Amino acid sequence: MTLFFLWTDILVWTLVAVAAVGGWILLRSPVSRQKWVMIFRSKIAMASAIVLMFYLAFALLDSVHFRVNKPNGGAPIVSLLDMAMAHQKDFSERTYSAPFATHEYTKSIVVNAEGRSTQRYLPLKYVQGGQMLSASLKGIFTGILLAIVLIGLHLLWRSKGNFSMRIKAVSRDEMQLPWRTAYGVFTLMTVLLAWLYVMSFSYHVLGTDKVGGDVFYAALKSIRTGVLIGTLTTLVTLPLAIFLGVSAGYFRGWVDDLIQYLYTTLSSIPGVLLIAAGVLMMQVMMDNHPDWFSSTIERSDLRLLFLIVILGVTSWTGLCRMLRAETLRIAKMDFVTAAKAFGVSKWRIMARHIVPNLTHIILISIVLDFSGLVLAEAVLSYVGVGVDPTMYSWGNMINQARLEMAREPMVWWSLFASFIFMFILVLAANLFSDRVQQVLDPRNAQ
Amino acid sequence: MLTYIIKRILYAIPILIGVNLITFMLFFMVNTPDDMARAQLGAKQTTPAMIIAWKAEKGYDKPLFYNAGASGLQKVTDTLFVNESLKLFMFDFGLSDANRNIAEDIKARMGPSLAIALPTFLIALVTNISLALLLVLFRGSVLDMSAMVVAVMIMSVSGLFYIIAGQVLFSKLWHWVPISGYESGWAGVKFVLLPVAIGVFAGLGSGVRWYRSIFLEQIHQDYVRTARAKGLSEIAVLFRHVLPNGMLPILTGVVVIIPSLFMGSLIMESFFGIPGLGSYTIDAINAQDFAIVKAMVFLGSVLYIVGLIVTDISYTLFDPRVTL
Repeated sequence: MTLFFLWTDILVWTLVAVAAVGGWILLRSPVSRQKWVMIFRSKIAMASAIVLMFYLAFALLDSVHFRVNKPNGGAPIVSLLDMAMAHQKDFSERTYSAPFATHEYTKSIVVNAEGRSTQRYLPLKYVQGGQMLSASLKGIFTGILLAIVLIGLHLLWRSKGNFSMRIKAVSRDEMQLPWRTAYGVFTLMTVLLAWLYVMSFSYHVLGTDKVGGDVFYAALKSIRTGVLIGTLTTLVTLPLAIFLGVSAGYFRGWVDDLIQYLYTTLSSIPGVLLIAAGVLMMQVMMDNHPDWFSSTIERSDLRLLFLIVILGVTSWTGLCRMLRAETLRIAKMDFVTAAKAFGVSKWRIMARHIVPNLTHIILISIVLDFSGLVLAEAVLSYVGVGVDPTMYSWGNMINQARLEMAREPMVWWSLFASFIFMFILVLAANLFSDRVQQVLDPRNAQ
Repeated sequence: MLTYIIKRILYAIPILIGVNLITFMLFFMVNTPDDMARAQLGAKQTTPAMIIAWKAEKGYDKPLFYNAGASGLQKVTDTLFVNESLKLFMFDFGLSDANRNIAEDIKARMGPSLAIALPTFLIALVTNISLALLLVLFRGSVLDMSAMVVAVMIMSVSGLFYIIAGQVLFSKLWHWVPISGYESGWAGVKFVLLPVAIGVFAGLGSGVRWYRSIFLEQIHQDYVRTARAKGLSEIAVLFRHVLPNGMLPILTGVVVIIPSLFMGSLIMESFFGIPGLGSYTIDAINAQDFAIVKAMVFLGSVLYIVGLIVTDISYTLFDPRVTL
């Protein structure tokens, strides 16, 4: 078993590193630290952040891949999440089954011993049934225990010796930050997930799809795709938007004209069409270079990478425009003139005096774009220019569910699963970005 | 006024050339005519002679940007890029892979697209503005707060779910309207009803929030305080002062998309089987018909630029401070 890095794995861990360093730099200043305390003082923002953290944890868990050398020669690439859910991979049924069902959803023709054929609901291969109560209790108990241990550790770390005082303050909600809400949401999520996880050993908690694959597993695997598209795209967008926007605003003249021309041209092409054109071309390119990847998982990963690059290259224009306008404003201010008078170089002025004053715009745009990108993935996959059809993604699930809804009787759980997973993520992201905007946008300062 | 419009149109030309350059780079450089020929003729039994013949037939046998074989100015003009761009500027989109005239197809499909997009746009505009005004009237109340929560929830659901849920509820279970299809004229109303309703509902969350924030920005202005001091009722203040002053930011966001309504909606049209430009584009993407995608990219950009020009002109009509 050896560690194996997919392209997107490298990027996502780079992003984590960049975010950690960026956060550290940002929080060194007491003013921005106070701003972030302000953001988290809202209970809704705190709860949303906890939910987002869970999604991020799943995405990261699914971004550590191993190549497992099987004795029979195969060397599949699996992630940590795959290992935790390994039982689901082997529990593949024949066809559709409803959540918590013990039998298949449609009747099959069975020929009995006397040669007469009858139509029956066949029992599922890997579900025995009758363990509802015991497994539930086990799951909930594990969840509560896990939550208590983790919250206890967090309390211990934050209390700096004054453990009992801290517990009292949190339970009375007297802290600066709404920790009680945070712990509440954390416990709720942990218990829910633990229950689902324990139940998934004896049931298909969200049913199975057309070829008998577990829907809960598919929905969990889709988290990585959604979160990666939402976050990595910014990693592509930000350098382009910051560099071009600040240069245009600071140098003016022909640089400004050129950059303005560039983004006006790019933004006048309808977004979906530009992405579609880009993805179509990428498909042709990948068909012509089969040597770039050696397995399906690597191919779909490369496609995800290209999709993220295309999304990033087509979506930097809005932020660039805003940064240019703000740079134009800041560049006229006294402290920039003073820096110029001291003979500070142009690039240093841009890096030390202008970009730090743009952080609120950048942060707002990161959190604002996230939910839009997660939703865009679904639409793009439906149009046929999204992620690879073999990749787990909510867009692919919805796409498939569209045909399932036309069946009689309806197969609703694939759609339901992708709906719930997406809705919770996007709602949390929207609520959080609202709060970030409210606190960081100087126009809202009263 | 006229000189201004002419000037704006002249400004649009370099942008359209840029759009052409981007599409050209995407369609001809990433994917060379040789690749296209191979994909079109089938990968296996293509001989170099067949590729050359295919390229000659499509007019793709010229160099991309610089023709060293030609003389004088023709070195630059007798190239694939100039030829392709000129054709697009003349709105000559050529033939699709299925040998249909793309320009004719686009003309025929604009009608159905508009039949969905225009009512959706107008009804959404009126509902969003009225709801936003209502919320501004009751700002800070329980109604306002809960409406904002609902708005965020509406925003957080993918449009695909609204379409699927709408089709299942109204067509499959309750049989109110047909599930998909299209007819021109008044007979087509029953087909248009559901897509329009879903389109309006899906945009309700972000729309109401946007208009509400515009009106709230106005409500803290001095002129509103003056109007209240004069003894005007809150409703009169809203309709006579806040609404007209809010029109300017609204125009910026709204007018620019009007010409683009012709392009239709990709998702809506393909779900409801409406033979408009949106479903045309989706079919082209799925069939990898590059000629159609290229034509739609160009058309979309032209319509967007027209939208920008119309926005600027509309300022002169609504803002007395702006004169041309």
